[in-house]
Amino acid sequence: MNDSREKRHAIDMSALGRSNAGLSLENEEIAIKVNALRLFYGDKQAINGVDMQIPKNRVTAFIGPSGCGKSTLLRCFNRMNDLIDGCRVEGEVTIEGENIYGKGVNVVDLRRRVGMVFQKPNPFPKSIYENVAYGLRLQGIKDRRVLDEVIERSLKGAALWDEVKDRLNESGMGLSGGQQQRLVIARAIAVEPHVLLLDEPASALDPISTLKLEELIYELKSKYTIVIVTHNMQQAARVSDYTAFMFMGDQVEFSDTDTLFTNPREKRTEDYITGRYG
Amino acid sequence: MDNMNIGHHISRQFNEELEDVRNQVLIMGGLVEQQIVDAVKALVEGDSHLAEQVIDNDRKVNGLEVAIDEECTQILARRQPAASDLRLVIAVIKTITDLERIGDQAEKIARMGLHLVEMERPKNHYYEVQSLGENVIKMLHQTLDAFARMDVDAAIQVTQMDEKIDHEYEGIMRQMVTFMMEDPRAIKRSLDVIWSVRALERIGDHSKNICEYVIYLVKGKDVRHTSTEYMKEAVQEK
Repeated sequence: MNDSREKRHAIDMSALGRSNAGLSLENEEIAIKVNALRLFYGDKQAINGVDMQIPKNRVTAFIGPSGCGKSTLLRCFNRMNDLIDGCRVEGEVTIEGENIYGKGVNVVDLRRRVGMVFQKPNPFPKSIYENVAYGLRLQGIKDRRVLDEVIERSLKGAALWDEVKDRLNESGMGLSGGQQQRLVIARAIAVEPHVLLLDEPASALDPISTLKLEELIYELKSKYTIVIVTHNMQQAARVSDYTAFMFMGDQVEFSDTDTLFTNPREKRTEDYITGRYG
Repeated sequence: MDNMNIGHHISRQFNEELEDVRNQVLIMGGLVEQQIVDAVKALVEGDSHLAEQVIDNDRKVNGLEVAIDEECTQILARRQPAASDLRLVIAVIKTITDLERIGDQAEKIARMGLHLVEMERPKNHYYEVQSLGENVIKMLHQTLDAFARMDVDAAIQVTQMDEKIDHEYEGIMRQMVTFMMEDPRAIKRSLDVIWSVRALERIGDHSKNICEYVIYLVKGKDVRHTSTEYMKEAVQEK
């Protein structure tokens, strides 16, 4: 009897055609490596020494209460914080083997490789076509055929093509909020970035547009490494493969999303995701 | 008990809902425990009135299962619980399934009791049913205690009681086979006794399942179908 008990020790899930193992950073290719990152706004320290590895072609979500530093950290990945007066960064962020805070980094090229989408859709007051073409024109691409092709591909990639293909010359401002957000994503992916940073991309959208956006995120991750900041924990749970919980400038926990939302390691994470006060 | 503080939600109503569903499980557990006590007593003492009452009360057990399931569905839909809250709801849903089946076993024992009332009573007054029944009732009682206190160490101890119950059950089976071979006239009665002790043995298995849900609830580790050693390791961690 004891023998058979021992045998039952190992559970066999092969009937489902998969192994028992979940996601693990050890098996991932790392796209962004953050090393001892500290960030100050003037005298105030907003990020207290974060070490993090963000896997390639996965969706990584940052969650945490307002002011915990999650958006600030996200902005570090394409040096958006450079634009803020009195902002100082220490430590390293390595993207594709290059420390983006090193000497001689071409920030314009960095931002092409690391695209960003914000909370409020911000299409330019131009036609839908020109919105998507904008980044390409900046790069000096004028050939109409090339532009047409990239624009169609980008709008299809952003799941917007079917809705706008007959009115590409109408203003991007005339689209609904959800469509505008997908237009902005089309604009971001037109320049073929490797990383997409999404800063609360769905917080201004209605539930249906939100679901479409989430579906898009799922499709995009086969091509891009995606990092998303969201206040909506269910959204983080739905779309992400990995989740980082941040609190007061610290990274409290980084884990695969399944584990973080069912059995978090840290009490502070547990309190936050279950809606308890610490 | 590390991180199992059901209270302290920012939403007081959510607190109350979780507290409420947990209390209902304990009420259901108490009712089911009484059902077994009564069923065994009815069989051993030949009390057909009590047996009828047990059979009738099973509807209450079923009603609780339906009500608690409904409440859990509501919590899932409205609150989208996470982490320990989610594990609590899942553990409750699974626990009440086992409690309901324990209730069915109690009903089965009561029905056997009704059969046996009609027959000649044996010299040992169904001592074997009473003895196994006491052990099983003790096991279920401690299981419900472990659930109420979310005590994983107690839960592991209870799972070990199941082995003892299995042994006792096997002993009774051998004894019944001997009886039946010695005196074919005892076969009918012996079969009813076998059905009854079989029901008791199953209650031990269901109790063990509930203990495993307690460990899942508190530690977030799924220890079903594993060894005691593995369970102990899982509980030691973090």
